[in-house]
Amino acid sequence: MSRNGLLIDYQYCTGCHSCEVACKNEHKIPRGKWGIKLTEVGPWQMEGDKWEWNYVPVPTSLCDLCEDRVKNGEKPTCVHHCLGQCMEYGPVEELAKKMAEKGKRVVLFAP
Amino acid sequence: MKLHVKNGRLVKVEGDPDHPISQGRLCIRCLTLPEYVHHPQRITSPMKRAPEDRGKDKWQKISWDEAWDIIVPKIKQLKKDHGAESIVVFGGTGRQACLYYYPLGFASIGTPNVCYPLSGWSCYGPRCSITDYILGAGYPEIDFAGTYPDRYDNPNYVLPKWIMEWGKNPLMSNPDGFFGHSLIDLMKRGTELIMIDPRMTWLGTRSKYVCQLRPGTDAALALAFINVIINEDLYDKDFVANWCYGFDELKERVQEYPPEKVADITWVPAEKIREVARFIATNKPGAIQWGLAVDENPNGVQLGHAILTLCAITGNLDVPGGITLGPPAALLGKWRMETRRNLSPELWDKRIGAKEWPALSTAMATTHPDETLDTLETGKPYKLRMGWFNSSNFITPTCSAQPDRWYRALKSLEFNVVQDTFMTPTAMAFADVFLPLPTFAEADGVVVTHFGRNAVFLGAINQALRVGDTKSDIEVCIELGKRLHPDMWPFDSVEDFFTKQLKPELGIDFNDLREQFVYQPKYEYRKFESGKLRSDGEPGFNTVTGQVELTSTLFEAWGEDALPYYQEPPYSPVSTPELFKEYPLVLTTGARKFTSFHSEHRQISTLREIDPDPEMEIHPDTAAKLGIINGDWVMMENMFGKSKARAKLTPIIHPKVVHATHGWWFPEKPGEEPSLFGVWEANINTLVPHKHIGKLGFGCPMKQMICKVYRIEEGI
Ligand code: SF4
Ligand code: SF4
Ligand code: SF4
Repeated sequence: MSRNGLLIDYQYCTGCHSCEVACKNEHKIPRGKWGIKLTEVGPWQMEGDKWEWNYVPVPTSLCDLCEDRVKNGEKPTCVHHCLGQCMEYGPVEELAKKMAEKGKRVVLFAP
Repeated sequence: MKLHVKNGRLVKVEGDPDHPISQGRLCIRCLTLPEYVHHPQRITSPMKRAPEDRGKDKWQKISWDEAWDIIVPKIKQLKKDHGAESIVVFGGTGRQACLYYYPLGFASIGTPNVCYPLSGWSCYGPRCSITDYILGAGYPEIDFAGTYPDRYDNPNYVLPKWIMEWGKNPLMSNPDGFFGHSLIDLMKRGTELIMIDPRMTWLGTRSKYVCQLRPGTDAALALAFINVIINEDLYDKDFVANWCYGFDELKERVQEYPPEKVADITWVPAEKIREVARFIATNKPGAIQWGLAVDENPNGVQLGHAILTLCAITGNLDVPGGITLGPPAALLGKWRMETRRNLSPELWDKRIGAKEWPALSTAMATTHPDETLDTLETGKPYKLRMGWFNSSNFITPTCSAQPDRWYRALKSLEFNVVQDTFMTPTAMAFADVFLPLPTFAEADGVVVTHFGRNAVFLGAINQALRVGDTKSDIEVCIELGKRLHPDMWPFDSVEDFFTKQLKPELGIDFNDLREQFVYQPKYEYRKFESGKLRSDGEPGFNTVTGQVELTSTLFEAWGEDALPYYQEPPYSPVSTPELFKEYPLVLTTGARKFTSFHSEHRQISTLREIDPDPEMEIHPDTAAKLGIINGDWVMMENMFGKSKARAKLTPIIHPKVVHATHGWWFPEKPGEEPSLFGVWEANINTLVPHKHIGKLGFGCPMKQMICKVYRIEEGI
């Protein structure tokens, strides 16, 4: 059986924290712990107006890929609420294909 | 939004995937709504307190009937003895208050004095007024296909080639009628961004151009763009010839702003100014989205005028993928306007600051905010005796300049009513009666984007539950109104009220709207050609000359320069070089975070976990010279006040500039005087002076002050 994962197109992750909070709500995760946690790389200046500054949310071992929601035909709550609409859920093979098409600043998690 | 209620508790909030604008997305303030609704510190019953106990936690719960029995006779007595003008209604921003605090003042209480206590009215009002003077239209907003149910795929829609964000970061700032992350939708489809911002923001790192300017010098930059576009003959000749007034004067004026000179003023290189100007003039369509930085600037009217000029001479007004313009009459705005008929002309004439500031008081139905503080302090032209605070917590650094001065002045009021959801520093300091408000999950209502001035949708708010004994803004308006001015309030219920607003304009009643859920009005482009921008149905714009006034006839009549010009901020390295030696950093304030709406949400622990402390941003080189390391507590201080924050070292800010967040108070600290929930500890607005406003009465220097910064041992 194929594994499922989360594809994150972090060119468009704005660091809005909606994934973190939606996940906490859904799974009743207490303060100090997270099912998915935002990381920040940068900001630093490369040259001229070119900067490195990326947010990437990283699912933790508390992430069950929203098993119950998915069973009900819903999207994982982080994917549903993501303000940047930069997260996708599905079988990793399919996501890997999409990843290849997207080019830069994409990451695939199979938590 | 879908709200799940179980046993009288809001258990879950979920975005609605069928909503044409959000498509189910929600920000973290909505996602934490259950925490807000059921927060143990929520006030959910009316309360009273003896006037001598102001500032003390000596509240007594009362019923609504008891509350009315205190409030109604007091208002009647004040009106009889001192006139209705002795009562002032303060209104806050956001929630639903914006729609109702004017009617509350005019039609329920009957006073002409409704006040938005932000120095120079510096939020949204200036942008609306400038648009009114120059274009005679409703609010200009970028075309993000908001009125099309099928959005960006609609055949009439054209994607903007570029969007210029002028002093705005809409991802965080949930701006009135625009869904901030629509910008991301547009970027994915190929729109290029241009940022005009003193900071290199995250959006800046994904933009084609970033003009990182010195805070407050925006008008010079705008004039230099116009200079290049005109001198290089890149402007839209047809649009200028047919629809614009005063082009030759404008051409002459902008000769004073060549890119080299403006580069010195703004710190933006001359070559970049030229490149950006050429890019926006030669790529169509495109749009400028203007932000709070236009309002919070004593030179802001000129800046706004120059930005609208840029939109006009590049031919981007009211075209697909350009800048949409609202019609002259606001959607559902009729009743709000009509509530003024409750006031006699003599009473209306007593509105504070109306005579002194004709430009402001023509466009805004309020008092002049700064004059209102003067009136409180001096008792001139008459003494104010009662304050009604509607969702306004303005001794917290939200909107007022020098909140400490307001705080002292407000002590002179004899009687105060505060409506809010939580006990705030302002309520703790002043309320004699506290009236609790429901959240939007707990009452019926409508939401209309841009307050109807250029609405992309109108939505129904359906009550999902009600915690405790609260009353919504409209319920309070109706109940108080029926007791004081029953002829103004011929509505049987909230539902009846909304139906009577909706029926004549849209032909639907409140229940229809509830079922339909979202109503999207049809948008028409090029209204200046079809005559739909003017009340007389003639082509053109709804201005004195019938054209876009590149040279303003009204400004001249009000004693202001008819053309845009640049003026240095009141305190800056250039205008006050001596002071700048002592306070050698430019201070800009108020950039937003996802975790709060101004002073709101500070008690929501999920959000405080993300942003626990007031923050100031400082360049690592500057911090090193001052011996400050990341996370240190620091003090920002100038000749007006001081404020603490945690230092965040970041290269996104210019070494000569620091930025501080606003809206801080600490619900976890003691509420009683003198602490007032720690409201004076990180009160950045104490550094901003009173009444440093533009000639027409608009603007204030919230975003371009000066200060010094030093490390402190003790934080908050
Ligand atoms: S998929 Fe579900 S469990 Fe996993 S991070 Fe997203 S919201 Fe949390
Ligand atoms: S919700 Fe989406 S845009 Fe927001 S932080 Fe998470 S991944 Fe990024
Ligand atoms: S911006 Fe306001 S309405 Fe929109 S999701 Fe956030 S809290 Fe809700």
